Amino acid sequence: MAMADQPAGKSFRLSMLLYDTRYRSMTIQIIMLAAFIAGVAWLLDNMYANLAAANKNPDFTFLSAPAGYDINQRLVEYTSQSTNARAWLVGLLNTLLVAFLGCIIATVIGISVGVLRLSKNWIVARLMTVYIEIFRNVPVLLWIAFLNAILSETLPQPKDFKGEDAEATMSLWNTVIISNRGVFIPEPVFLSGSAIMLYVFIASIVAIFAFGRWASKDQETTGRILPTFWIKLAILIVPTLIVYFVMGQPVDWILPAFEGRGAFDANGEPYTKGIFRIDADSGINIRRSLIALCLALSLYTAAFIAEAVRAGIMAINKGQSEAAGALGLRQNRVMSLVVLPQALRVIIPPLISQYLNLTKNSSLAIAVGYMDVTGTLGGITLNQTGRALECILLLMITYLTISLSISMVMNIYNNSVKLKER
Amino acid sequence: MSQEPYVRTEMLEEQPAPLGQTGISKWMRENLFSSVSNSIISGLAILVVVFMLYEFLPWMLQPSWGAENLRQCYDDPNINGACWGIIRDRFNQLMFGFYPHAEQWRPLLAFALMLVAIAPVLFDKLPRKMMWFSAVYPFLGVWLLWGGSIWGPLMVLAGFVIGYVVNKVLANVAGNLIALIVAVLATLLWWLYGVGYVSEMLTGAMPVGIAEVDSDNFGGLMLSITIGVSGIALSLPLGIILALGRQSDMFIIKVLSVGFIEFIRGVPLITLLFVASVLLGFFLPPDVTFDLILRVIIMVTIFASAYMAEVIRGGLAALPTGQYEAADALGLDYWQSMRLIIMPQALKISIPGIVGTFIGLFKDTTLVSIIGLLDPVGLIVSIQGTADWNGVVWELFTFIALMFWVFTFSMSRYSMYLENKLKTTH
Amino acid sequence: MKKSVLLGTIAAVGVMAGVASAGTLDDVKANGVLKCGVSTGLAGFAAPDANGRWEGFDVAVCRAVAAAVLGDGDAVQFVPLTTKVRFTALNSGEIDMLSRVTTWTFSRDVDLGLTFAGVNYYDGQGFMVRKDLGVASATELDGATICITTGTTTELNLADYFRANGMSYEPVPIETNAEAQQQYLAGACDVFTTDASALAATRATFESPDEHMVLPEIISKEPLGPVVREGDEPWGDIVRWTLNALITAEEKGVTMGNVAEMGAAAGPDPEINRLLGTEGGLGAMLGLEANWAANAIAVGGNYGELFEANVGEATPIGLSRGLNALWTQGGLIYTPPFR
Repeated sequence: MAMADQPAGKSFRLSMLLYDTRYRSMTIQIIMLAAFIAGVAWLLDNMYANLAAANKNPDFTFLSAPAGYDINQRLVEYTSQSTNARAWLVGLLNTLLVAFLGCIIATVIGISVGVLRLSKNWIVARLMTVYIEIFRNVPVLLWIAFLNAILSETLPQPKDFKGEDAEATMSLWNTVIISNRGVFIPEPVFLSGSAIMLYVFIASIVAIFAFGRWASKDQETTGRILPTFWIKLAILIVPTLIVYFVMGQPVDWILPAFEGRGAFDANGEPYTKGIFRIDADSGINIRRSLIALCLALSLYTAAFIAEAVRAGIMAINKGQSEAAGALGLRQNRVMSLVVLPQALRVIIPPLISQYLNLTKNSSLAIAVGYMDVTGTLGGITLNQTGRALECILLLMITYLTISLSISMVMNIYNNSVKLKER
Repeated sequence: MSQEPYVRTEMLEEQPAPLGQTGISKWMRENLFSSVSNSIISGLAILVVVFMLYEFLPWMLQPSWGAENLRQCYDDPNINGACWGIIRDRFNQLMFGFYPHAEQWRPLLAFALMLVAIAPVLFDKLPRKMMWFSAVYPFLGVWLLWGGSIWGPLMVLAGFVIGYVVNKVLANVAGNLIALIVAVLATLLWWLYGVGYVSEMLTGAMPVGIAEVDSDNFGGLMLSITIGVSGIALSLPLGIILALGRQSDMFIIKVLSVGFIEFIRGVPLITLLFVASVLLGFFLPPDVTFDLILRVIIMVTIFASAYMAEVIRGGLAALPTGQYEAADALGLDYWQSMRLIIMPQALKISIPGIVGTFIGLFKDTTLVSIIGLLDPVGLIVSIQGTADWNGVVWELFTFIALMFWVFTFSMSRYSMYLENKLKTTH
Repeated sequence: MKKSVLLGTIAAVGVMAGVASAGTLDDVKANGVLKCGVSTGLAGFAAPDANGRWEGFDVAVCRAVAAAVLGDGDAVQFVPLTTKVRFTALNSGEIDMLSRVTTWTFSRDVDLGLTFAGVNYYDGQGFMVRKDLGVASATELDGATICITTGTTTELNLADYFRANGMSYEPVPIETNAEAQQQYLAGACDVFTTDASALAATRATFESPDEHMVLPEIISKEPLGPVVREGDEPWGDIVRWTLNALITAEEKGVTMGNVAEMGAAAGPDPEINRLLGTEGGLGAMLGLEANWAANAIAVGGNYGELFEANVGEATPIGLSRGLNALWTQGGLIYTPPFR
């Protein structure tokens, strides 16, 4: 109304702030901003009032105080005398480890299941459907607890390996111990000369990329298809292996073993007393908590990825695979050369969000006692120091940083494979 | 009359196809054993299935339904597996938590009415009149679950009537925008200051109501459903606002919306639940406390609204720009075009996404067990804490997983049905 | 349309939001119910039965306080709490008292703004192992894998103990007692450590308890007791003296069976008379009825009776009194006089 009465360009009136479209959006934005700031101020004011009443002020000095507790899986040096900040770092690395492994395993399982679900083999397709429907319709927290319980109940205990007629034996020619405490694998010890192996290995990886580019160029010009996978595999392994033997085997392996005193006492008699255990310093211990968490997260997430993969493949016009077939490509070539590269563009966005979900779901690690960042900073440190506000704030910032980094990296990748519209 | 050459006058009986080309054997050859590698895979798959059944069935089929405690199952020589007595003993608790036995018809009724209330949203063949019931249901549902005087919810509902009336009256006198602002203010004032007083007065004069049930008594599956449903219902309007804010060309509003959405989507739900359980009290004025379940519902709503905003943004983006342009061409202002043209279509496209968000949220309600609420998963600890059932694990896991599975599976089937329907109508 | 849901609930919440006043006692009386924080489930100490009724030794303390204040042992609202939220729940006024196997330590008392109202169970951290492990002492546990429940004092004690003895170990942190028990039974850890009472309770429910033993070493002092907010002395007094009343009742032979009779009229023992309110005005000093202690005792009996009914030797938990016997019988349970 006011606008109709008032020809534009006339002297400014207060009501124009609301009714004139030139100013209105500015007015609304300023009001919103003011409301937002007022809201935040109100919350902070309440917070300070409450903290003052409880005689506590935001204080981050606890981070430099000794944590006082031990952490079993630590990727960096840590003892119970290390600081809480150190415990935070240990937890963060553990989170990143499980998220990284989980994403890889979930992708592998997800893509295989998604492709197999479209298989012509009835029972395989059905089995995959059952797998997807069972896993994605039950809360992930239950899966984590469930898998953890299953692994600890079904895998052999250390004492099952004991004695003459042991119930369980070491796997893979006595190099791996699979127990319900974890899987123990040989640990490499790099002696002098192993640096050269490392350089050779890096060079092989570079060579693989170079070969890959050359091969695809070659294929584009001549139409020749090389068995690239096998050649790449050979480039990866053979030179390093040759150097390994030429240098006189500069890598030692510490095999996992049961601790001596568990087996024999000083007189060579079988030792029956004391803890029969796997030697803590032998081999690498992949703990059950890590395995259970990783497996549960990836099986759960894989069910969603499989659905995304299936949807992606179905989204590709049938004509594409028929045309590829008409060109004389074999079934698996049709899949790998024609259908999957196109489907990838549809698959990647949901894949990114599944990776993010998996990372965030890894915070449920407390259900299996895996010491991720929620378990250290948001768990024991919070409990022992009582600094809830500070711990949860830092925890949120940690996760936010991880999530934003993942989406940034994946978005860059997504843009690089996006269909270039011309 | 010469003899006609032999002409067949009747049709030959159709012969059955050769044995290898029919029925089960043909089907099996085509679908299971079409090649050597396929046969091997099929064989392996069959082995897997048989092995699973062999391992799992004997454990499940145990005559243990009547067991009073775990000790009986240990001692009974006939029982060599699951001790199902736990489910019989605690079924009610797993469903309703500590909700008083005499009042348990209320959550059941609320659940049944909820299905009625969402039916017109989910199935567009039903009469549109039912939407009125959907609009009233939130108040009815809250009243049924928490109980108390009926006047409270009624007076809250009356706020909308007040707002509507004020808006209508003022619109003729003072103009649309002012009318809207005053109406909203009047409604808010009524809720903040009027409702408590008036409903108390009315309760004093005419006490109509049902027994009050405290939220501490909520538990089991009922708690999961309560949190999930209220989280989704409350997050829908928030999500719409956030989605519109994210699409807005006003810089500050866009930044605030995007910041909020990305922040919430960047942190795990469990950290938000920690906030609900230990921090939210810090941010409220001193002396004001909500009980834990309400705090959880608030945080779950905030969590879901960020995801909801993204779902609705997808719906908005999927609309052809022609719709926006047509609305502009008709001379509708922003809110009118949103209300009348854009949102009804965008929301319709978003329903599968909303159902998907709900499924995710419903599964995520199990996380409240970590902060000490007694949802089905939280009850596992409580049940194991009793001398009778200390040590029971698998039976509860299996039962609870099955319970969730039934719910989420049926919802995901519905969502698929809907997606297919939407696909064909375009 | 859906906007109604949001606004309606906000309004409903606004109505529900309670406003706490200065004194906890007044609040409890005004609400007619005591809000008491307990474990989410710990055998013998707090767990709901099939009908949702909470039972246990910690729960009994809550009921006694409710009876002393409100005259009704069932006027309690039990709030199950995890270790993480228990102190914040108390500080924020969500609960009136905490009775949740909480160890009285210096930093909790001084730094976290809590007041411990006494000790209802003297506990200590112990170790449980399988007998066939052949270990007879905690000093032989070098290199062991140990299941611990997180979020409590146990993990700090454990780290200290192994460091002091120069031993190494592999901690397996676990959220709940029940899960730790399952892991231990599956052999995923050699040792299960927690408060000795909980170890005994857990062992009692095993399929074959005889295959397991609790090692003799107790590596820490864990005095468990009810907790209240700091700064509300009158309320702290009520909780403290209700607990003391239960203990004095055992000392003086006042039981669930005879409390009604003894409380009806003054008897020969002046302290019993003061306790049960037939003489003097102790109840009024607390701001309670004269028969407050009689009410508290009538719910489940005196300290000894509560112990025997919930965790004692006749129950599946099977704890002996030990340190928790009266001081007259060689234990630590002792109260200041009712005078």
